[in-house]
Amino acid sequence: MKIQKNGGMLFFLIALAFTSSSLLASIDLYEFSTEENQLRYKELTKELRCPKCQNQDIADSNAPIASDMRREVHRLLEEGQDNRSIVSFMVDRFGEFVSYKPQVKPATYLLWYGPWALLVFGVLIIIVMASRRASNQKTSEKVAQEVKGKNTQDIKDKDKQSAPLDQHEQVEQLLSRFKDD
Amino acid sequence: MNKRLVFLTPLAIALGLGLILFTAIGKDPTKLETARLNDPIPSFNLKSLADKSKKFSEKDLIGSVSLLNVWATWCPSCRVEHGYLNALANQGVRIIGLNYKDERLAALTWLERLGNPYEFTIYDPHGKLGFDLGVYGAPETYVVDQYGVVRYRHVGVVDERVWNETLKPIVEKYSTLTSKVQPKLQSKI
Repeated sequence: MKIQKNGGMLFFLIALAFTSSSLLASIDLYEFSTEENQLRYKELTKELRCPKCQNQDIADSNAPIASDMRREVHRLLEEGQDNRSIVSFMVDRFGEFVSYKPQVKPATYLLWYGPWALLVFGVLIIIVMASRRASNQKTSEKVAQEVKGKNTQDIKDKDKQSAPLDQHEQVEQLLSRFKDD
Repeated sequence: MNKRLVFLTPLAIALGLGLILFTAIGKDPTKLETARLNDPIPSFNLKSLADKSKKFSEKDLIGSVSLLNVWATWCPSCRVEHGYLNALANQGVRIIGLNYKDERLAALTWLERLGNPYEFTIYDPHGKLGFDLGVYGAPETYVVDQYGVVRYRHVGVVDERVWNETLKPIVEKYSTLTSKVQPKLQSKI
């Protein structure tokens, strides 16, 4: 009797575990008339942003509003609307915010072209600096070559004078050490 | 001269970007733009919450400036603002309810228990009008002018501060502006 009761309880818990996990996952069952529509649905739900949970696309979100938007995307797809009009349908209602690919218009020029402008600017700076450095190097090389003859002569003269002296000093130092011992 | 330019341009760009980013500090990122601003209320044909046989359309909003309040019994913040909406209705503010994705019985019980500030309530169990308006979370309150054009949207609880500082000036503005707004609107509709 007791075992049976426990068994029932266990079954209940297992059943509960399954129901809760299936509730957590957002399962939309949509039928598509063509495979192409299904692919476009996947594409569009990744391109539209959920207004409630702001850093998720609507394919990824469990928010009720995201599920409403998926339903509308499916409906409009099956009605034969193209991707652009589906996105603008959403933008009309929820604002430019919902599109991960905002339209190119004066208000979004900075967004679309800003990074390219910065890149061009950076490349220009590098070119200017590199060419300047190259020209500097050339002139300094010339100067160096002119001075070179003189310098090497000086160094050689110094070596001749200083080297024997150094050796001499070293020997004397060594000798003085032995004397102390 | 040229050297100075090389140093000053990045500085100018950094300052410019800094200014742009600085203006966004303190802005609430959950507050979105109102796509329907200055557009007529989307057309709808929905049943009344109180009377199953009665239907409302966008034309029922035309006539005088009103607040369109989107609410539901599952929405805790709606309960928070409900008392203040009652007070506003007592002051003579026209409030129209949009019962959003709710159950009729629960909604009617709610109004019976907490009071009914609404001139009438539109019953929208599937969130159809809500979707067309761009509602992404209740409560939301729209200021609709006497021609049925959306003039403002407030997302979140309406309290005394929101009313006095934001909604009231807009309601008053459109209550007094009658002749000026009309010609512009006719071309839009």
